Amino acid sequence: MNWQMLTLVGEDQPGIVARVTDALYRGGCTLGETSMIRLGGNFTIMMMVDGGQSEQALASMIAPVADQLQLKFHLDPMHGGLHRHRVPNYQVRVNGADRAGIVAKVTGALAECGFNILELASDVVGDSAKPVYIMTIQGYAEAEIERLEAALKPLAAEEIDVHVSAIETLIG
Amino acid sequence: MAMLEILQLPDPRLKEVAEEVTRFDEELKAFIADLEETRQAGPAAVGIAAPQVGRSQRIVILDCSKTKKPVENHGHLILVNPEIIEWDGFELGREGCLSVPDYTGNVIRAERIKVRSQDPQGENHEFEMVGFEARALQHEVDHLDGILFIDRLVSRRTDLFQRKVYQKGSKKRDA
Repeated sequence: MNWQMLTLVGEDQPGIVARVTDALYRGGCTLGETSMIRLGGNFTIMMMVDGGQSEQALASMIAPVADQLQLKFHLDPMHGGLHRHRVPNYQVRVNGADRAGIVAKVTGALAECGFNILELASDVVGDSAKPVYIMTIQGYAEAEIERLEAALKPLAAEEIDVHVSAIETLIG
Repeated sequence: MAMLEILQLPDPRLKEVAEEVTRFDEELKAFIADLEETRQAGPAAVGIAAPQVGRSQRIVILDCSKTKKPVENHGHLILVNPEIIEWDGFELGREGCLSVPDYTGNVIRAERIKVRSQDPQGENHEFEMVGFEARALQHEVDHLDGILFIDRLVSRRTDLFQRKVYQKGSKKRDA
């Protein structure tokens, strides 16, 4: 397989996924792992695509539908492939009054422990007068939980509520 | 004893509702021994259900005594015709399945349950289970009803929104 990473972003409206994937399907492409989510009223897509075509051929396949839907898109040849999942062994939950630097401080402390972020989702909730930042991170680290907790402890003094828990994935 | 073949998605037999066990005989015990051998041969499964090897009967093996971090558990259990009779609380956790290789995802399960079941001799028992063991039992009983964990996956944003409402409660649960 010769995967390319296709990124699409634009104002959200019904039908984006259907029309983009229909164009790819008609063009003989297959899809690999994808991530699609609405962020701040925009719809964002990152998707592994392979059709054996050149980057240019793929681009000309997507351009008409991207134009119609007013989406910006971008293609990158990528290394890697399917079946490379890594199972997380830690979950980190964060919440606090929204202000600059929360993500940088939390992830900086985790990176020092060799923590590999596999998935991160964050949101600003509450109302505009009192916004609250909420984030969940799933990742993998060899480090013991005590080391992660110690690295994150200084954040409590800044009123960022951070909580680490081990994930024991159940196989049944 | 014999190793049995584990059915994998999209085998339609995984979606069938299994029959109640009515004969508690030697054949049942021999099958349970094979089912256990099959569970042990795989990748560290804490449970297995008969429909996963193509036998459409309500039989489950559960063993949460060997997790990396010890959890509350009842040791090695053979549960025939298990029935969940009480549920309480809910909790998000990550699951995978012998029948769905190379995939794990988040599922919401009850935090505490009460289970009524029979043993291979047909005697009745009741168990109260919490946390990981309760989750494992719910995963296996789902197999008996033709449900896979991928039928119960929740969105990656679900947890964020839950925190909004249940922030205090879930902190306590994790402790």
